Amino acid sequence: MSTEQEQVQVEDYKYGFHFPDESVFKTERGLNEAVIHAISDHKNEPEWMREFRLESLRTFRAKPMPNWGGDLSGIDFENICYYAKPSEKQYDSWDDVPAAIKETYDRLGIPEAERKYLAGVGAQYDSEMVYHNIQQELKDKGVIFTDPETAVREHPDLVRKFFGTVIPYSDNKFAALNSAVWSGGSFVYIPPGVHVDVPLQAYFRINSQNFGQFERTLIIADEGSFVHYVEGCTAPVFATDSLHSAVVEIVALEGARVRYSTIQNWSSDVYNLVTKRGVAYKDATVEWVDGNLGSKRTMKYPAVWLMGEGAHGEILSIAFGGKGQEQDTGGKCVHCASNTSSVITSKSISKDGGIASYRGQIKVEPGLTNVRSHVECDALILDPESKSNTYPYMDIMSDDVSIEHEARVSKISEEQLFYLTSRGLDEEEASTMIVNGFLDPLVKQLPMEYAVELNRLIELEMEGSVG
Amino acid sequence: MKLEIRDLRAQIDDTPILKGIDLTMESGQLHALMGPNGSGKSTLSNVIFGHPSYEVTGGEILVDGENILELETHERARLGLFMAFQYPVEIPGVTVGRFLKRAAEIRFGEEDFKASAFIKELRSWLDFMDMDQNFINRYLNEGFSGGEKKRMEVLQMLMLKPSFAVMDETDSGLDIDALRIVANGLNELRGPDFGGMVITHYQRILDYIKPDFVHIMYKGTIVTSGGRELVEALEERGYDWIRKQHGIEEEENEKEIVHEH
Repeated sequence: MSTEQEQVQVEDYKYGFHFPDESVFKTERGLNEAVIHAISDHKNEPEWMREFRLESLRTFRAKPMPNWGGDLSGIDFENICYYAKPSEKQYDSWDDVPAAIKETYDRLGIPEAERKYLAGVGAQYDSEMVYHNIQQELKDKGVIFTDPETAVREHPDLVRKFFGTVIPYSDNKFAALNSAVWSGGSFVYIPPGVHVDVPLQAYFRINSQNFGQFERTLIIADEGSFVHYVEGCTAPVFATDSLHSAVVEIVALEGARVRYSTIQNWSSDVYNLVTKRGVAYKDATVEWVDGNLGSKRTMKYPAVWLMGEGAHGEILSIAFGGKGQEQDTGGKCVHCASNTSSVITSKSISKDGGIASYRGQIKVEPGLTNVRSHVECDALILDPESKSNTYPYMDIMSDDVSIEHEARVSKISEEQLFYLTSRGLDEEEASTMIVNGFLDPLVKQLPMEYAVELNRLIELEMEGSVG
Repeated sequence: MKLEIRDLRAQIDDTPILKGIDLTMESGQLHALMGPNGSGKSTLSNVIFGHPSYEVTGGEILVDGENILELETHERARLGLFMAFQYPVEIPGVTVGRFLKRAAEIRFGEEDFKASAFIKELRSWLDFMDMDQNFINRYLNEGFSGGEKKRMEVLQMLMLKPSFAVMDETDSGLDIDALRIVANGLNELRGPDFGGMVITHYQRILDYIKPDFVHIMYKGTIVTSGGRELVEALEERGYDWIRKQHGIEEEENEKEIVHEH
């Protein structure tokens, strides 16, 4: 494609701006033990965490790159900066946050959203959370919403009990990488019976070039509690690639319910390789709502391990693969107890040569009864250059199991466009309306503010898409 | 509005369908276009709206003297043209309310658009068309019965108030009650600022809407035009009469019915 078109693409991405790199500390590019020690020193960590990181690094080196999914050959691990500290400390008032960083979040609309409809906000800039705040009322009820570094210091028992138990560092190459160099993220603890009625949100922003962001989130919902956690992410547009490799662990104890929503809108030069997994104990529910619009490559399969009777897992995956993008997304549910149920719903759209793939797995352990699972994937392909793939895996080792799998691939038909344009909508608006309609059953399940945001992002993606 | 079609020729996949159509229609008039299946009636309506599958090989379509053949479909719609589809398409996930609101904004201008007045009007036309209020929140045409789809077309026409509407077999597949409702909808719009062309091969809808002009189409041309008396003649004598009058040989595969059985 011509440079002119490339530039237009860059301008289309509203969050592509960046400020000068004013990190107060940065490690050299490349990954080695010295980098790990530098991170650990800066965080003033206990020895067990330093050891955990070093062991993870050894595992990362030992594990091969995945030979499936998106093409990751463009990642140069030696040309990435693994730790950039944006400010000396973390703030709980936006007025104290350094000016350029505050302006970034103002432009992203975060402080405004916090005032209007959030119970708490965490904001990460490169490697560190620069802001964290939660409503006093929730604090008084014992809700903890902080960065994991603070949690390691102030709540060591909780952290040591759960950290790395849902996703061990040995789980996969990128989980090992995150475990070695993790920095920032969220630590959430909801006490028994507490319902947090409005969402907590964390916002992840990359500002530096050739940078790797490795936040780590651990959410523990104690018995009978509820929380909705929302994650957003953007990055500037650089000519070179960045890496985002997060680990998110959720523990839903008996009767708890956790909903985790993401609208990922990374710029088109970010490799987004994230491991997300929740465990649901007796009568607990874990729900993932995972919207992937941006990035160069995304490989992400939110998972739910159903550990106790009555547990329920639900995964809604939305992927938009545009020009030069490959979204390899889906979900995984592992039934380890009788009387458990799971639902995976995937909607993907591909256009301008983009690839959107659904990859999902349903696993049922032996000796279980009354297990139900429903998997539905719909793909919409907007032009002949674009692709959609479906890779469903079933691993069923019990008999008393009801599994349904439906997959559909559709194209925008000429007749649909003709019908809508005959009512006065131009072709671009007609296509956008069809795409938004395709997603509507999923978007309806998002809180209103995020539904509006997602529709708006789809409109941006669709702009200029019709010749 | 004046819609003039001059020596219009069109083909699909290299097969000529329209072989020189001439028609002049104006606001205030209602035209009926009749003819057996395969005579090119639906092709004509699709070509008026610029359907991409048809290639215009000759002639002109003029709206108030301006040739519209170079205009995109949405640009033709914005002139005030409307087509009620023979087979309305399903648009999953797009509610009737959302779709019609957008179409109305485009038709009447976003500045003057008032959501409350729009919804009030939509509700009253739903009642008029004997349709449930729930249709506002249903996905456009998805899971609608054949009759509901046709009513939805007329409902849209009532909301968008076109200057000229082409109704492509809106009567087919309707029972007598639905037919009366659909005809009532069209009659509501009739007046000095509205013109229309009703495409049908049955005379029965014409009992309810009384066209001013009747045209008979056969094998891609208008073979005869006249007033309402033409409908009666056709009803009495069938299309054979037209064929004989115009010296056309009947082909084996095109035995047609004029009357509903």
